[in-house]
Amino acid sequence: MLSPKVQELFDEPGCDKNVAKDEKARKKGCSKPLTPGAAAGGCAFDGAKIVLQPITDAAHLIHAPLACEGNSWDNRGAASSGPMLWRTSFTTDLTELDVVLGQGERKLYKAIREIVEAHRPPAIFVYETCVTALIGDDIEAVCKHASEKFETAVIPVHAAGFVGSKNLGNKLAGEALLDHVIGTHEPDDVGPYDVNILGEFNLAGEFWMVKPLLDELGIRVRACVPGDARYLDVAAAHTAKATMMVCSTALINLARKMEERWGIPYFEGSFYGVADTSEALRRLSRLLVDRGAAPELLDRTEALIAREEAIVWKKLEAFRPRLQGKRVLLNTGGVKSWSVVAALMEIGIEIVGTSVKKSTVEDKERIKQILKDENHMFEGMAPRDLYALLERHEADIMLSGGRTQFIALKARMPWLDINQERHHPYAGYDGMVEMVRQIDIAIHNPIWDQVREPAPFDETGRLLATSVVVGRPEAPGPKAEAAAIPAFTYKKFANAGSGDADDC
Amino acid sequence: MTTILPVEKSASVNPLKSSQPLGAAFAFLGVDGCVPLFHGSQGCTSFALVLFVRHFKETIPLQTTAMDEVATIMGGADHLEEAILNLKSRTKPKLIGVCTTALVETRGEDFAGDLATIKARRAEALAGTEVVLATTPDFNGSIEEGWTKAVVSMIEGITAPVSPLRNPRRIAILPGFNLTVADIEEIRETVEAFGLEATILPDVSGALDGTVPGKWIPTTYGGTRVEDIRSLGECIHCIAIGEGQRAAAEKLAEIADVPYTLFGTLTGLKAADRFVTALAEISGNPVPAKLRRARSQLADALLDGHFHFGGKKIAIAAEPDHLYQLSVFFAGMGAEVTTAVTTTGTSPILRKVPTDEIKVGDLGDLEARAFGCDLLVTHSHGRQAAEHLGIPLFRVGFPIFDRLGAQHRTFVGYRGTRDLIFEVSNIFQAQQHDPTPEGLNPLLKRENDHDRRSEIDARAH
Repeated sequence: MLSPKVQELFDEPGCDKNVAKDEKARKKGCSKPLTPGAAAGGCAFDGAKIVLQPITDAAHLIHAPLACEGNSWDNRGAASSGPMLWRTSFTTDLTELDVVLGQGERKLYKAIREIVEAHRPPAIFVYETCVTALIGDDIEAVCKHASEKFETAVIPVHAAGFVGSKNLGNKLAGEALLDHVIGTHEPDDVGPYDVNILGEFNLAGEFWMVKPLLDELGIRVRACVPGDARYLDVAAAHTAKATMMVCSTALINLARKMEERWGIPYFEGSFYGVADTSEALRRLSRLLVDRGAAPELLDRTEALIAREEAIVWKKLEAFRPRLQGKRVLLNTGGVKSWSVVAALMEIGIEIVGTSVKKSTVEDKERIKQILKDENHMFEGMAPRDLYALLERHEADIMLSGGRTQFIALKARMPWLDINQERHHPYAGYDGMVEMVRQIDIAIHNPIWDQVREPAPFDETGRLLATSVVVGRPEAPGPKAEAAAIPAFTYKKFANAGSGDADDC
Repeated sequence: MTTILPVEKSASVNPLKSSQPLGAAFAFLGVDGCVPLFHGSQGCTSFALVLFVRHFKETIPLQTTAMDEVATIMGGADHLEEAILNLKSRTKPKLIGVCTTALVETRGEDFAGDLATIKARRAEALAGTEVVLATTPDFNGSIEEGWTKAVVSMIEGITAPVSPLRNPRRIAILPGFNLTVADIEEIRETVEAFGLEATILPDVSGALDGTVPGKWIPTTYGGTRVEDIRSLGECIHCIAIGEGQRAAAEKLAEIADVPYTLFGTLTGLKAADRFVTALAEISGNPVPAKLRRARSQLADALLDGHFHFGGKKIAIAAEPDHLYQLSVFFAGMGAEVTTAVTTTGTSPILRKVPTDEIKVGDLGDLEARAFGCDLLVTHSHGRQAAEHLGIPLFRVGFPIFDRLGAQHRTFVGYRGTRDLIFEVSNIFQAQQHDPTPEGLNPLLKRENDHDRRSEIDARAH
C-alpha cells in the first residue's frame, strides 16, 4: 500500500537534484541504498516523528513494541511556548502475546480512548512501525473509527522503519499532514500577511529569535511546521499566502503540493547566517506583495534588514581579535549553508573543510565561490580520517552533530554542536552572534591545554619528569617540560561513515 | 594581579567565617582519642558543638572550661586545671587540645605558663595524656587559621626532635581543613599505591567519617594516633596541602628536619599530576596502572564536562586556601570567577587566585556582588543569597548542614576532580530552563540589557 506513495515521493519535481536524474535513477530513490554493517542514521519512523512531534498540543501515540518509542522519547530540543503534551510519551508497548493473538488493533483503540479521556487533545497522531505494519494491523481503519467515536482527529502516520531512511520519513510525515490535517480547519482571521514556515523545528527555541522580526514587519506566521506548532494552525496552513521552506530536503513534497493544491507559492530559504536571514525576509515580503500585500512592506523590510545587519556586524566584529585566523571544520547536514560560512569568514575565521552531503547544487556552487578551493568540500569523511585530520591539528574546532562529537573530543579538539541536540539557538542575526560566541568559548576553554599535556609518566608508569620534590625549606620549582608523547592512544571508532550521522 | 579589597562596613551581614577556635577544634577532632577543650564560657563550646553536629551528624566530643563570672574576674587557671583533670578521669583521652576563646584572650592570661604549671603539678594524674594549647581568640582569624594553629601546636608539643631513624617509606601529610573525609581517604590510597605509608595530621577520615563503633566512646575514635605524631620526625618527606599548612610544615622541618613540598591545591589535572609525580619521586616506584587509568578518565571528564562550564560566571565565598582550590578549578574549566569573597586579606595565596579582585567580607558581600552569576559556591549559609538571587548554590566547605554526605564527596586527585566536574555539571544541567519566546526575543533583550546596564550603573553610584 505504501509502495506507490514512496515511489511518488522519489519523483519530486520540486527537487532540482531529482529533476536532473534519469528515469531509472529516479526510481531508485533519493537516498543511497543502505549497506548492512555500515549504516548509521535514523529510520523512516524516526524521520516522521521528528517532523510531527513538535506539534505541541497533539498526543503522539507510537503503535509498536517498546523499542521504537521507549528508546527514543524526549530526545530533541524543540521548544514549546505553551502546551507540553507532545513531550509526554505514548506507546502501545506491544507484547509477545499481543502480537501472537492479534490484539494490536484492539490495544491501539483502547490506547487512543485512554489518551482522549485523560488529555482531551485536539489530535492524536498514530505512528505505524515495523512490527505493526508486518502483522497487518489496520491502523487506517482504527484511526477512522476512533476519530468518529471520540470526535477527535486521529491521524495515521504510515512510516514503518523498514520503508527507508529518516529523510523519507520526514516526507511521509508531510504526506500524512496533506492527507489528514492541512485544509481541515477554516480560520476566521485570514489576512494578506499570513505565511507558513515549513521545516523549521524551533530547536532550542531559535525561531523565537526570528519571529519578532516578522512581527515587526507585520508578517504573521500562520503555521510553523513543526516548530512550536498547534494542531489547528497546521490544519489551517492552507490559508496562508506564502511559504518559506527552511530545511529543504525534509518537507519539499509538502511545500510543492501545497502550491499545487492551494496555490501558495514557496521559496527555499534559511535563517542561518546574516545574508541568508536578510534574503529570507526579503523573499517572504516579495511573495506577500506579489499576492496582494501593500508594496510598502518591501521598504520596511529593507529598513529592518539595514538596521539589523548594522547591529549584527558590529557584534560579530567584536569577536575578530579572538577568532581571526582560527580554522573551522564543518561536518554536518544541518546548519551548513554557505551563509554561515560567509559570516564566519567575514570575521577572519578560516574554513578548512565543509561537508556538502546535503547541500544543493546551488549551495555547492556558492560554497565553492566563497572558499575558492574545491578541495575544502567533502561529501563525507570516515571517522578514522576525520580523527586523523583533527589530531594533526589541521583545524581549531569542528562544528558538527552529536554523533561525531567524540571524534573531535577524543582527538582533544574543540567541538560545537550545531545539530538537533544543541542547547543554543543559532537562527537569525542574533543566532549568528550566539554561534560565534559559542565558537569563541569552545576554542578558548583552558581545558584544551590540560588534556593535550602529556602525562608526566610513560605507559609503564615510569616518571618522565622529576623535579617536584625538593629539599627544605623552599617551595618546589616549576615542573620541567615532560617529553611530548601522548599517554594513551584512542582507537575506538567503528566504521560507520561520519557523514551519515547528522540530520537537520 | 589580584586586587584585595578590605572590609569597609561595620555590620557584617550573614557571616562567611566560622570562628578560629572552631577551626582548632576541627583539627583536634582528627586525632585519635582526643577531646578538644574550649577555654571560655560554655556558650562558645555549645555553639561550635551544635555547628559541628549539624555538619557531621555525629556526636562530637567537645568540652569547655565553663568560665563563670567569678573566674572571668579572678582568672581562669583553676577552671582550666579542673577541666583537664575532669576530662582525664572521665574520658581518659590520649590528647586534650586546649583552644582559647575571645573571652579568656580578652582577659589576657599566661595560658602557656598556666598549662606548664598544671602539667608539672599533675604529672602523675595526667600520665598518658598529652595536653597542647592553641591560642585562638575568636576576634582573630577564622577556621583556616585555627586549624593551622592546632596542627602547629601538636607538632610543637608532641613531635620528638630529629630522629636518627628516618623511614624511607613513610611520609607526613598535612592537609587543610577544606579537604573532606573522602579527600583524605583518596590521598591515603594514592600514597599507599606507591608503597608508601602516610601519617596524615590531622586525619578526619578516621574520626569523622560517620561509622558506627559498636560501643559508647567519649573521645574521638580513629584519626591520627598520638604515637604517630610523636614519631613524625621519622618521615622522609612532608607534603603540605594549602598555603595555610606552610607554618605547620615549617615547624616540622624546624623540629625534626623533615623537608617539605607544598601543594596549593590537589584539585585539577595539573595539580594531580604534580602530586603523583612527587609520590613517584619519593617512592622511586612507577605510577600504578589504577592511577594512570584515573588520569585518562579525568581527561575524558574534562572533555565531557567543559561544555557546561565554558563562559559561566562563578561567585565563590570561601577561606583563602579553599577559594584558591575552587577558583583554579573553575578557571581551568573555562568558567570565569567574577566574584570572590574571602575571610582574611593576609594569606599570600590570595594573590594567585585567578580573579580580578577579592573582597574580604561576608555572604552579604557575596550576594551584593553575585548579581548575574550562574553559580554560587560557598557553604550552606549561602542558601539565602541563592534564593534571593535565583542562582543555584554549590555547597562546599564548612558548614554543610542541609545536605547529607558532605564529607563523602571527593574533590582531590584525578578521581576527585572527575567527580567534582560531574557534580557541578549536573547542577548546571538541572538549572537549564526551557527557552521562552520572551527570553530569546532579540529586540526585547536589547531593551532589557539597556535597562539592566542602567540599573547596574545606578547601583554603582
